Amino acid sequence: MSNLTEIRWHGRGGQGAKTAALLLADVAFQTGKYVQGFPEYGPERMGAPITAYNRISDKQIRVHSNIYEPQYVVVVDESLLETVDVTRGLKKDGAILVNTQRTKEEIIPQLKGYEGKVYIIDAHKVSMATMGKYFPNTPLLAAIVKVAGIMEEDIFLKEMEASFKHKFASKPEVIDGNMAALKMAMQEVR
Amino acid sequence: MGKRERLSGNEAVAIALRQINPDVFPAFPITPSTEIPQYFASFVANGQVDTEFITVESEHSSMSATIGASAAGARALTATSSCGLAYMWEELYIAASNRLPLALALVNRALSGPININCDHSDSMGARDAGWIQMYAENNQEAYDNMVQAFRISEHKDVRLPIMICQDGFITSHAVENIELLEDDVVKNFVGEYEPENFLLNTKASMAVGPYAITDYYMEAKRNQAEGMKNAVAVVKEVAAEFAQISGREYGLFEEYCMEDAERAVVMIGSAAGTTKDAIDALRAKGEKVGLIKIRLYRPFPAEEIAEALKNVKAVAIMDRAEGYTNHGGPLGADVMSALFRARSQALAVNYIYGLGGRDVRVEDMEGVFEALKQITADGDAGETYRYMGIRE
Repeated sequence: MSNLTEIRWHGRGGQGAKTAALLLADVAFQTGKYVQGFPEYGPERMGAPITAYNRISDKQIRVHSNIYEPQYVVVVDESLLETVDVTRGLKKDGAILVNTQRTKEEIIPQLKGYEGKVYIIDAHKVSMATMGKYFPNTPLLAAIVKVAGIMEEDIFLKEMEASFKHKFASKPEVIDGNMAALKMAMQEVR
Repeated sequence: MGKRERLSGNEAVAIALRQINPDVFPAFPITPSTEIPQYFASFVANGQVDTEFITVESEHSSMSATIGASAAGARALTATSSCGLAYMWEELYIAASNRLPLALALVNRALSGPININCDHSDSMGARDAGWIQMYAENNQEAYDNMVQAFRISEHKDVRLPIMICQDGFITSHAVENIELLEDDVVKNFVGEYEPENFLLNTKASMAVGPYAITDYYMEAKRNQAEGMKNAVAVVKEVAAEFAQISGREYGLFEEYCMEDAERAVVMIGSAAGTTKDAIDALRAKGEKVGLIKIRLYRPFPAEEIAEALKNVKAVAIMDRAEGYTNHGGPLGADVMSALFRARSQALAVNYIYGLGGRDVRVEDMEGVFEALKQITADGDAGETYRYMGIRE
């Protein structure tokens, strides 16, 4: 396995794709990796398509370009499948993860003949069941960690709990819901 | 011991400022620098600093307030980007000509228009002749380290000039990357207390700041300013040497990467230098003798040192992330070529405009530049010296 993992996130402004990329950088950093998490902004407004990126490596990362040939793509908003070429440059030995309530069979025809692995998760279901509100990025973060094998699940959960305790220090009541969302997402992704 | 962290460039600079604990920070927000005063405001609210944080109604006012505070005898700074810097214009010259050692955390962004929020260097390049020291960073670590060193340079009695600490908008300001922070007390001791010699609030020695200078005196005042700039070179090196003692990280006027035996070189500023290093490693693996000079100190411009570092190269590409509208290239191109001319260099030099408005720079782009230099060397002729990289025809 290559020691550099590159991930591209497609979302819409306000959905937390950037936050998810930053959280992934955060948790990978905790396991001793070199990381990059960064957004690519077009117009700054809610609902506009945005792209975010992650590089995770055993070596120092110096390159500062966007990612054109990722191993993994995460689609936070499936309406983007119609307007954005989400599989562009995606490596065949990689995978795409789509947040959808539909089946894999319904999604695949929209992926322009992508030959690699396809994973889906219903982040809406996971989010509503565990947090009572729609925050797709928490379930998608757990799902991509599992799909890309970025780290052991128990280490991931332990690090995320510590991170949530820090991030939500002023509202600890949301920590349990977020942790439940991560665990459920790891079961639900397929 | 340093502390390993992962931070965006903006957060890293904000943390450096918390550790410095300046006296006054007037602020007006503009993307992509907004996060710096935003993080800093939380340090103020949490009582982690005792800085006077002043929210003002424009960048003209934020720089004016910084100037006022600095003239009064305070250690002061502000942050901005792009049009915010443009709006500070006349104040930039006031700060420099009054020899005020204040700082500006600049997050580089294209100037309008068309309106664009992404990185290029057109904002700070426009201010290159304003009499400020300018320092640039490749990544979050360098932005942090330069900020920690800033006041030691600007406040030095041989210098006493304002300093602009620049980093690339979004590319480093909003990218979370690994970084090593210094301990709070180490930074505090390194930066030290600010003890101005002359200041407005000194009731024992009253003085005027910003007076009128008739023709009989104006030119001597400007010559004195130039003297401070001249002295800044040695001070930058001195402060860097001391900084290496506390951090283990070495800085100079510029960084030389694989230059020992380089026959072809790129000279550039900012985050794309990291991308260029990856291109160099790939080409070196194929036996190609290529190297990089990454400018850290742009004003004052280390012309002789750069010419010396380039003395053995056959061809050099100077990369400008700003247009100069001279019909023959950008500002860095002009500076480096003039340095080469004065050193009677025989190197074939070309100047590229690249990365405007955030146009991405890929490893392949930089390999392409080195390939073009190979052709130039083979031809023994630079051909068109004013080029564009990554432009759609």
